[in-house]
Amino acid sequence: MTAHPQGHPRPWALLAELTHGCPLHCPYCSNPLQLTRRSRELTGEEWERVLRQAAELGVVHTHLSGGEPLLRRDLEVIVAAAASAGLYTQLVTSGVGLDEARLTALTGAGLHSVQLSVQHADPGASDRIAGHRSFAAKERAAALVREAGLPLGVNVVLHRDNLDALDPLIELAVAWGADRVELANTQFYGWALRNRAALLPTREQLARAREGVARWREKLGGRTELVWVLPDYFEGVAKPCMGGWGAVSLTVAPDGTVLPCPAAAALPGLDPPNVRDHALEWIWDHSAAFNRYRGEEWMAEPCRSCSHRAEDFGGCRCQAYALTGDAARTDPACALSPDHGLIRSLTGPAPAAEPPPPGYTYRGYGRG
Amino acid sequence: MTAPAAWRPALAPAVHLRHDRVREVDLLVMPERVVVLRGTAGTVLRLCDGGRDLDTIVAELAERFPGAPVATDVPAFLDRMHEEGWIR
Ligand code: SF4
Ligand code: SF4
Repeated sequence: MTAHPQGHPRPWALLAELTHGCPLHCPYCSNPLQLTRRSRELTGEEWERVLRQAAELGVVHTHLSGGEPLLRRDLEVIVAAAASAGLYTQLVTSGVGLDEARLTALTGAGLHSVQLSVQHADPGASDRIAGHRSFAAKERAAALVREAGLPLGVNVVLHRDNLDALDPLIELAVAWGADRVELANTQFYGWALRNRAALLPTREQLARAREGVARWREKLGGRTELVWVLPDYFEGVAKPCMGGWGAVSLTVAPDGTVLPCPAAAALPGLDPPNVRDHALEWIWDHSAAFNRYRGEEWMAEPCRSCSHRAEDFGGCRCQAYALTGDAARTDPACALSPDHGLIRSLTGPAPAAEPPPPGYTYRGYGRG
Repeated sequence: MTAPAAWRPALAPAVHLRHDRVREVDLLVMPERVVVLRGTAGTVLRLCDGGRDLDTIVAELAERFPGAPVATDVPAFLDRMHEEGWIR
């Protein structure tokens, strides 16, 4: 890590979780198990200040996310604040609540792009996975975004229930006019870890999907960008989580808590700072939470002496904690981790007669 | 692609060219991606406003950077940017 004259290398991206409220209940939601109540959310003026500070700190992109950010009645004000701070502003939405008037107001406020989630290509299956009738709203939202001329990304979290629908999912995203399709294999912490037995795919499903992606890449010839987020449970390699702890991005949770990674809220003793108490620059440079797993000092073996440590940073801290109880251990997804058996035992060859997967625990308030 | 002479390059609508005052570099910013521009790439792209054609861009740069291999490097660079889809 090269030292920056002003401190640590500056972050490029801010994930602004404007609310944990959401009409959907996806069983893999990346929000924490303990959802923040709406009454504790930052105000519009507080977000304005945070976004200005982020731009001054060096942030270039902001993703206005949730929950469902459209539930914020003052979203237009927040978008305007982000755009006037000079940030490239993307709305990350389920599509529910995005009608023509709302999109016109957001575009007028300076919104640059939209990322829309879809759960399955089949409307009924999509609604079932989301735990809410939402497919029709998504379809309408995609059409509106295209009409408004904004770049559209479609995000699909992949798991056992939709990996076999990869072809129709890509067809759907292309038909909706997506410039970019993010095929994100489920990362297992928080709600997804709770639902792991229902969501974990088989090796065969993943192998077929991987081939499918290669086929589609050739067919689309770069017209639509396909991004395949690796299923780290199956690869035997740790993912370079967040590009390193406190290295490229930061997350501000609905109540102003600032985290190096959206899942880090679950780490015990992290004592994350809050924008209500400190400026973002101090938080980035000096808070204990942001320095805790920065660089390589904190690493134990096998990472400490491993030649891959500058590429993957020892993997994901939240996954290490979720599976071993110690966030400073090597990510068990790595085949070199002494804890890799925890994952191998789940992803090894399937037994001859597999029991049917259990149902979902849908995300929601007070269900964590 | 060999660019037709009448080509008037312009940034693609989703792509923003901006100067980063914190890092003191020019950037191309688009959804989910930032490209850090080296050297005079930002200067060249600033001329791609959809009004100037390729010859005009080359001539202006040749005047600004006398002795630089502008006539060969600039069209090649813009071809690459076009292939990436960042200008059209
Ligand atoms: S993953 Fe689903 S439940 Fe979670 S915020 Fe997104 S749309 Fe809402
Ligand atoms: S041992 Fe650590 S640094 Fe080496 S590959 Fe595994 S996770 Fe990465």
